[in-house]
Amino acid sequence: MTEPRLCELSVPGRVGFRFPAADVPSTDMPKDLLRTELPMPELSEMDVIRRYTHLSQLNHAIDIGFYPLGSCTMKYNPKINEETARYTGFTAVHPLQPIETVQGSLALMYELQEWLKEIGGFAGVSLQPAAGAHGELTGVLIIRAYHKDRGDSKRTKILIPDSAHGTNPASSAMSGLNVVEIKSDARGNVDLQALKAECDDTLAGLMLTNPNTLGLFDEHLEEVIELVHKAGGLVYGDGANMNALLGILKPGEVGIDVLHYNLHKTFSTPHGGGGPGSGPVGVREHLVDFLPAPIVGIIEEGTDEIPPLYGFITPAKTIGRVKAFHGHFGIMVRAYTYMLMHGANGLRQVAEHAVLNANYLLAKLRHAYHVPYDRICMHEFVAEGCWDDAPEVHALDIAKRLMDYHFHPPTNYFPLIVHEALMIEPTETESKQTLDAFIEAMLKIAEEAHQEPELLKTAPHITPVGRVDEVRAAKDLILACNVCPD
Amino acid sequence: MYLPHTDSERQEMLAAIGVESLADLFSSIPAKYRFPTLNLPEALSEMEVQQTLAEYASDNENLQDLVCFLGAGAYNHYIPAAVDSILRRGEFYTAYTPYQPEVSQGTLQAIFDYQSLITALTGMEVSNASHYDGATAVAEAVTMAHAHFRGKRNRVVLSPALNPMYRATVRTYHAGSGIEFVGDETTQDPKSRPDELAQFIDSNTALVVVQYPDFFGRIFDLTELAKKTHEAGALFAVSTYPIALGMLKPPGEFDADIVTGEGQSLGIPLSFGGPYLGIFTTKKEYVRKMAGRLVGETVDNRGQRAYVLTLTAREQHIRREKATSNICSNQGLMVLAAAVYLSLLGKQGLKQVANLCYQKAHYAAKQITKVKGFKVWSPDPFFNEFAIQCPSNVENINEHLLEHGVLGGYDLGQDYPALHNHMLIAVTEMNSKEEIDYLVNVLKEASHD
Repeated sequence: MTEPRLCELSVPGRVGFRFPAADVPSTDMPKDLLRTELPMPELSEMDVIRRYTHLSQLNHAIDIGFYPLGSCTMKYNPKINEETARYTGFTAVHPLQPIETVQGSLALMYELQEWLKEIGGFAGVSLQPAAGAHGELTGVLIIRAYHKDRGDSKRTKILIPDSAHGTNPASSAMSGLNVVEIKSDARGNVDLQALKAECDDTLAGLMLTNPNTLGLFDEHLEEVIELVHKAGGLVYGDGANMNALLGILKPGEVGIDVLHYNLHKTFSTPHGGGGPGSGPVGVREHLVDFLPAPIVGIIEEGTDEIPPLYGFITPAKTIGRVKAFHGHFGIMVRAYTYMLMHGANGLRQVAEHAVLNANYLLAKLRHAYHVPYDRICMHEFVAEGCWDDAPEVHALDIAKRLMDYHFHPPTNYFPLIVHEALMIEPTETESKQTLDAFIEAMLKIAEEAHQEPELLKTAPHITPVGRVDEVRAAKDLILACNVCPD
Repeated sequence: MYLPHTDSERQEMLAAIGVESLADLFSSIPAKYRFPTLNLPEALSEMEVQQTLAEYASDNENLQDLVCFLGAGAYNHYIPAAVDSILRRGEFYTAYTPYQPEVSQGTLQAIFDYQSLITALTGMEVSNASHYDGATAVAEAVTMAHAHFRGKRNRVVLSPALNPMYRATVRTYHAGSGIEFVGDETTQDPKSRPDELAQFIDSNTALVVVQYPDFFGRIFDLTELAKKTHEAGALFAVSTYPIALGMLKPPGEFDADIVTGEGQSLGIPLSFGGPYLGIFTTKKEYVRKMAGRLVGETVDNRGQRAYVLTLTAREQHIRREKATSNICSNQGLMVLAAAVYLSLLGKQGLKQVANLCYQKAHYAAKQITKVKGFKVWSPDPFFNEFAIQCPSNVENINEHLLEHGVLGGYDLGQDYPALHNHMLIAVTEMNSKEEIDYLVNVLKEASHD
């Protein structure tokens, strides 16, 4: 069951919140500019609290159970992050305060930039992008600006492997570049022949997701980068999968020119039901001048007694700003908290155990589910959610049936290069017990698929609502309702 | 930290995989780059981290200690306790995007509430599930209008009274799209009224963007400009401040095609600039051109009312490079904050907060005008923000104010050369009469210096 609509709860005359009376003399308002009606709900505070508490209980969440969503890195969101981000010294600070009054925030941002530079092997980092896709757009705009600055204006082609993240093509198109897809080879790597064929003097760059969305590390990474660089292009790294690489490999050292991080994946900041994220961008030396403005720098060096003065710096050839103010500061506090809790060794252990957990699931599931690109995976892997001898069952049915076992389904139907894909990413924070319970459920479902397929076709059975009519939603287009009684 | 495995479990798992050590899992990484040294400190305990972060926080001067008259796109409003109490629920904040409706009805219905509340507030027909902030929402409005005319109209008129950061963001987004931006050149008189933008509208114009209340806090009837925009066949967009709509005519009544806004004022802390909330609404006829996630009402296979992400075929993960936007993660939790805030304040509360902002700002303006050397810059009606002409450099005045614990207004000379020595002052329900009188007294001293 879902909850009533707001208009069904609202009672004319009920008040949920009271402000103090005005303490200043009254000034007339411009009558012709005033609204005549304010159709808002009328609820008590308890009405509101119960409504949203009830709603929360209809969700699956990391705090409730396992969330093996491929490419989403649904790791545990530590509670200390939520405390530190709520310190009054952080929340009650206006973004346009004079820099002398916000040295704490600026120092934290500076340190976070330094950590991200060290982790990725980069010379510069901007914290401004608001999410992964926003970081991608920023990165591609940087690539475009770099070529333009060199007078190399014919470079308008950007290559995107078919195993890349879904947002890559749209990000490139937004920046005005033309997208050309590159296929994968039989082992899930970028097809080198296909890549070579596109490496000409119109090449702006390559957007590489590595590990890719198959969860595989490209076995020809160095050759791929070299081919692109030799042709005069730049390599963009989609860092959404950095959870597999912390302390394992620095993308900047291998030659990735620009990369975005997802603080809401790798560095444990909560997904919030769809955001807010944070997508800082790291670049190698030759791109530092193009970073979005402003970035945090040291304006006056400190001494033994006096700390440095932090402030904002505009890079010389900046692409400009990509949003208002300085980025999702509240998310930065959470990510920095997480980094301090881990330190250098802890971060490497994160990656090691994320990869361990994924390979453990792969080892236990590969005999029951076909894994088309089957080799040691990184933090995730992709299985097929279908069988020749159970023709009526699809990946979607497996996904829905998993809900009956109290698990969130894996990402399904992505990547597109795997038929009926189930993309599974356990993350490092899950225990062996949880993984074993998931394995047991997956094996049971594989059995059910062959013996009682109806169970899967009609799943889920225990959730607040059953399968929803998506066609009707798109046809009727009920996108809002009255929020108070007529 | 947060790793649950014991040594024996780890060994068991490695054996099941068929490798001997964790390092064996990384043989596909080129050896010369494998396992680099991270030149970073060692881990701290939670107690130490708590202390370290508290020190960073205490190195800021915050608005519990300073009296704030700074706005310019981010405002110091009261956040009712109920808002964060809901936001702290792990069922909300540790959930992912609601792609699986059967286990995400809570998030989906909360977004549907938000869409309903925002359309009611703005007087528009549909709202998406958010953009990153007020600036990127305007950038996406430009993308949408450009796509609506299939790239055949390549001019966009921006009001000089649209937030300078928004105008900068729009230009960054569209560096490669061949759009010409006009109307906001620094040679334009910032005092110009919205109707004067009509001179820039031609048959190549895709969109006209204004702010309401504008960056200087002024409020104008936009009916005439909307009409002229539509006569030229272009779309009309308004960037707004939702608290003002507790009192002012909603932009939908001016026949706006797109209404965007910065939703930070709806229960979201200032937090040094983010995360905030990008409001984006439009008319139903344009819904298929709108970017971003959208929740629709439908039924499930048991005949119950249910909610689901709809019209997803517009989005990047399906339309790939043909999508109008790449947006994926949005401001989910901030959407929830706004939904709780608006539900709680409701009809009465929203009117009250808008009225308090208006009354206090007008009191402040009247008092400041009495100080020698200061005068209100524009005679036009305003909401809670107004520009004042100062007798000297704004930076110096603000330094003086800060010495007295007052966070002064925004220095307009930074963006508008013509407004050298002009300060933009914001007043909200958080400013008591006493604080306003104090500001006036300190300004008096400043004018004597």
